Amino acid sequence: MQLARVIGSVVATEKVEGLAGVRFLMIQPLDKNQEPVGRTVVAADAVHMAGPGELVYFVSSREAAEALPVRFVPVDHAITGIVDEVHLVAGS
Amino acid sequence: MKVGKVVGTVVSTVNIPLLDEHRLLLCDIQDVDGDVAGHTICIDVVDAGVGDAVLILDEGSSARQILGLDAGAIRAVIVGVIDELVVDGELRDVG
Repeated sequence: MQLARVIGSVVATEKVEGLAGVRFLMIQPLDKNQEPVGRTVVAADAVHMAGPGELVYFVSSREAAEALPVRFVPVDHAITGIVDEVHLVAGS
Repeated sequence: MKVGKVVGTVVSTVNIPLLDEHRLLLCDIQDVDGDVAGHTICIDVVDAGVGDAVLILDEGSSARQILGLDAGAIRAVIVGVIDELVVDGELRDVG
């Protein structure tokens, strides 16, 4: 899993079967110092509570779909938690 | 599997239910030269601590097998604490 910042939301009414009720958010992946790294991606919100501006973590690839109610859906990024705190060792 | 180092912890109260039972550790992933090549947030099953050099499994099916799960959004798991690392006949400092 990696850290990311939620930067927006995506609304799509017409979706593949199995994705009904799934929220999609735009996220910017971050490095461990919470600096942006790589391109923004659209992630399914598996915790149903993430919102713009929040620090989250997400899982990629096949395991993203595992976080959703229907397991065999075409989703490759899913938010699996909202971060309360990151404790990073100084100097690392 | 990948070689990494535990550099911190991540605390969250809102998460998928599966993660309620697990500690999340923030790890550097290291390349062959020992340089940082990214990070990942891992589940820990070996009681690793901050500063430890660790072996990181980053594959979903194996991760679920270790945790005894049929399903679950899990990929990165710390599966070992590294005592000694030798690359090209040279002992690497893993402290």
